[in-house]
Amino acid sequence: MPTKKATTIPTLVAAHGKQLLESWLGLQKDSSLVASGAVDTATLHNYSERFLSEFHKALASGRLDAIGGADWAGVREFLSDFSRGMAQHGLTPSQIATFVFSLKQPLFALLSHEFKSDAQRLSEELWQATLLIDSLGLYTSEAFQKSREEVIIRQQEEMLELSTPVVELWEGIVAVPLIGTLDSERTQVVMESLLQHIVTTGAEIAIIDITGVPTVDTLVAQHLIKTVAAARLMGADCIISGIRPQIAQTIVHLGVELSVTSKATMADALQLALRRIGKTVVDRKTPQAASPAE
Amino acid sequence: MDVEKQATLAVKSAEDIVRIRREVRSWAVESKFSLVDQTKIVTAASEIARNTLDYGGGGQLALEKVRQGERRGLRLTFSDQGPGIPDIQRALTDGYTSGSGLGLGLSGSKRLCNEFYLESKPGVGTTVTLIRWK
Repeated sequence: MPTKKATTIPTLVAAHGKQLLESWLGLQKDSSLVASGAVDTATLHNYSERFLSEFHKALASGRLDAIGGADWAGVREFLSDFSRGMAQHGLTPSQIATFVFSLKQPLFALLSHEFKSDAQRLSEELWQATLLIDSLGLYTSEAFQKSREEVIIRQQEEMLELSTPVVELWEGIVAVPLIGTLDSERTQVVMESLLQHIVTTGAEIAIIDITGVPTVDTLVAQHLIKTVAAARLMGADCIISGIRPQIAQTIVHLGVELSVTSKATMADALQLALRRIGKTVVDRKTPQAASPAE
Repeated sequence: MDVEKQATLAVKSAEDIVRIRREVRSWAVESKFSLVDQTKIVTAASEIARNTLDYGGGGQLALEKVRQGERRGLRLTFSDQGPGIPDIQRALTDGYTSGSGLGLGLSGSKRLCNEFYLESKPGVGTTVTLIRWK
């Protein structure tokens, strides 16, 4: 049942702030935050003090049921920073949330001391306090999750960049080693950067190496076929290299026709490419030995 | 046929397909499949998983390590509650696609496995069962 009477939690926290901080810190001395070595007592003291001061400010607004509102922005910001910092120290979400949950005991102690003789009022206040602390505790978990997701998204973007280096092997020959899963998004990036390189270098031959692609199914094959066709339109011939025996057999069973020159290794592909542009690789000794005889 | 080990995987997103490939590969390695057989079953799983996602609107995979007498193998059952396949014969024809692929996924996977069963009812869903023996 929601209480009609204004809650006294804000006034209590304001009046007994120092006492609250002290008993809270006392409790946290043995908490896993300190035990894990992620924070020392001084830092914990600092964190607790900052949290209580923000908490106090937000409480003054009287909106105990809306921690998503503007009044609680300070608390939310602190908790986000806090969970991000703690996450970097390798703490789990439950250890981080326990920081907030552990405030319950001293806060409840304050309340029960205040409403010793009014059981009805005490239970109402306790309920309010529980709801509030729970939602703040859960917020730390959300913040933790969010910071993890940010890391994942950043890594994904980095991988997208990493996985598509187009390299110039010789004048007129570019190569792109494909690595990992070829989902649509990545293939798109590969295709674009390969075509771009063909334009800027004026390459006649593009080698696509799939040694690092673990599975070639029909979708991957289709991406390859499209890339080859697009490169051809730009005036470059493609050679696919790095087709391992098991991949070759699988492609045959699938019934896919890769109507493009392919070679088992990148070295073979380079040799073929050099030949096509009219270059040959010769042993350094051979011409020297040959010249006096002529 | 005895089932020695079993797991269920969701087929709800493109990431799930990547996970399925990895999982099927590790099961195939565990079952001591040869490198070629590993690649075949992983590729077939990738095909059917993508069909389940793209045409069936997502579903699930029941992955099982099975034994029949002395034979051991992997059984993969993909099921969805999608629109179903109206003409199974046609869907299994090389080069036919109702989407934008190469039209080789179903027929190709059939060739990559030892046993292949396709059940589908329009409006009810589709179940594809693949078995690759060691």
